[in-house]
Amino acid sequence: MQRIGDAPAVRRGLIGAALVLSALFLLLPLVAIFAQAFAQGVGIFWSNVSDHYTLAAIGLTLVITVLTIPVCLGFGVALAWLVTRFSFPGRRLLQTLIDIPFAVSPVVAGLIYLLLYGRNGWIGGWLDAHDIQLMFAWPGILMVTIFVTCPFVARELIPLMQAQGSREEEAAVTLGASGATIFRRVTLPNIRWALLYGVILTNARAVGEFGAVSVVSGAIRGQTNTLPLHLEQLYQDYNTVGAFASAALLALIALFTLAAKAGLEWRAARREA
Amino acid sequence: MGIRLSQIAKTYGRPGTPRALEPIDLEIASGELVGLLGPSGSGKTTLLRIIAGLEQPDRAPAGTLHFGSRDVTEVHVRDRRIGFVFQHYALFKHMTVFDNVAFGLTVQPRSQRPSSGEIRARVHQLLEMVQLERFAKRYPAELSGGQQQRVSLARALALRPEVLLLDEPFGALDAKVRQDLRRWLRHLHDELNFTSVFVTHDQEEALELSDRVVVMSNGRIEQIDAPARLYRAPANRFVFEFLGDVNRLEGEVRDGVLTCGEARLAVELPEGPQELLLRPHELSLDAAPGAAAHLPMTVTAVVPVGAEVRLELAADWLAEPWLATIGHGDFERLDVKRGQRLYALPQRWHRFGAEGQPAAKPSLA
Repeated sequence: MQRIGDAPAVRRGLIGAALVLSALFLLLPLVAIFAQAFAQGVGIFWSNVSDHYTLAAIGLTLVITVLTIPVCLGFGVALAWLVTRFSFPGRRLLQTLIDIPFAVSPVVAGLIYLLLYGRNGWIGGWLDAHDIQLMFAWPGILMVTIFVTCPFVARELIPLMQAQGSREEEAAVTLGASGATIFRRVTLPNIRWALLYGVILTNARAVGEFGAVSVVSGAIRGQTNTLPLHLEQLYQDYNTVGAFASAALLALIALFTLAAKAGLEWRAARREA
Repeated sequence: MGIRLSQIAKTYGRPGTPRALEPIDLEIASGELVGLLGPSGSGKTTLLRIIAGLEQPDRAPAGTLHFGSRDVTEVHVRDRRIGFVFQHYALFKHMTVFDNVAFGLTVQPRSQRPSSGEIRARVHQLLEMVQLERFAKRYPAELSGGQQQRVSLARALALRPEVLLLDEPFGALDAKVRQDLRRWLRHLHDELNFTSVFVTHDQEEALELSDRVVVMSNGRIEQIDAPARLYRAPANRFVFEFLGDVNRLEGEVRDGVLTCGEARLAVELPEGPQELLLRPHELSLDAAPGAAAHLPMTVTAVVPVGAEVRLELAADWLAEPWLATIGHGDFERLDVKRGQRLYALPQRWHRFGAEGQPAAKPSLA
């Protein structure tokens, strides 16, 4: 017997189309990045990667990412806890507000920050008077990166914590456990995979963020250039190999992230089986 | 330790919305096993959770809750020292059975925490009590529902609470396991002598297990009584209808005879419209009408259920069909078949006034 829509011709056609489209739109560009990066040999690739400005951009990107993750982690856990464990007016509104960074174009986000914290901005004027510079410096880059990435952890946790309910926590509290103990011994073990997954997504986005960062960074070479901005500059300067060398680095980070995500999903599936 | 509630009320959401729990007074004696029985939405689980401290009662009216002589109204759940058993067990999924049972002991403040040797001994004693010693290293997902509920009981008893609260403890289990666990809980209760309150929507469970049953509906207590009295002397119509199947007979009384279509029943009641309620087992059936009762009906369904036979009876003078449960002896003597015409002979009937209060209910000769 054959199920509906399972005729050999249909099946071959669909699988074929999926494979061709994946190869064209996903695999080929990835291959092209590495081909371009190594087009003039490993030596040229290496000299581009170890270039002073490239190293500075890599360093800044890593620092921003390392600072962003704990902030997003804390924010995400606290928000998910608040939204799923308490009932208060405006709870639904808050759940919608979490999505603003996803809904708003990153460039717009960057502009908003510039308007608020820039020298002529509402808060920026006061900051300037106190000799604090946020925009066109690394704190600004950090702020917009956090803005753009803050929903990931919360979005991963909220559905899970909603589905799990608070019964295990209630059981723990009737057994005399303190709030901190409950979090450490009951809540955290139940959400750890979703938490890690959220961190991986946050990491991927923080490393690759371009739009919002490009508005507030000022793109000063060696100072406020992140890797994606540096890449763009190299490309504008007709340094194709340099640009693609940076692109290859970003692609490598992305591939590593995907591998980590697949590994986590595989572990989670095995635990459930 | 006894439990005393006075004017405990609960409103979910804004003040002014209908209360989930009307102000309630309730006293539970030390060592008693009390069942909270009611349909869903009757407030029974809310009441249990307030006793546990998982829900806060309303500020106005300011009710109080005492465990023995200790006022626990403002005491946090953590410090009430109760054992709580959840409907779906709420075991810690990522911990072994041993760690689940040990949890309450290991989270105690360092000064009160038993040594790890003592904890091990206590947990093994509890697991022995619930007959799950062999499963100490298993995870909850590897156990059956009945086993999980026993782990959850052992976990709740680890701190030797004087009050054990159970929220529909057997609701998610199949009938046979439920029977066994009920008997086993009764035994445990008698042995360890704690005060227990459990919530159920199953009349049979409440009647079988409890010393006293609290029947609730719409956030109110309808009746508090021993199971036998509850069934024989229901305080009102709600209790009567909730505790079992009910047959209704409506008609006009004139000269001591209630008439409804071709049906007639001799009653000692004032003239006018009356409504009588009858239990299915308080009816017998015969091939001929009796002296006091002429209630002709047609058998529409025959369902043998174990020790008795359940019959569905219809008649054109009845709005809804009646149920009758008869023994296998009568069943064979009358040779009951579907479509057969029989006469109902009520042994007893019940009547409730307009307010739902019980009115005189004489037995029939």
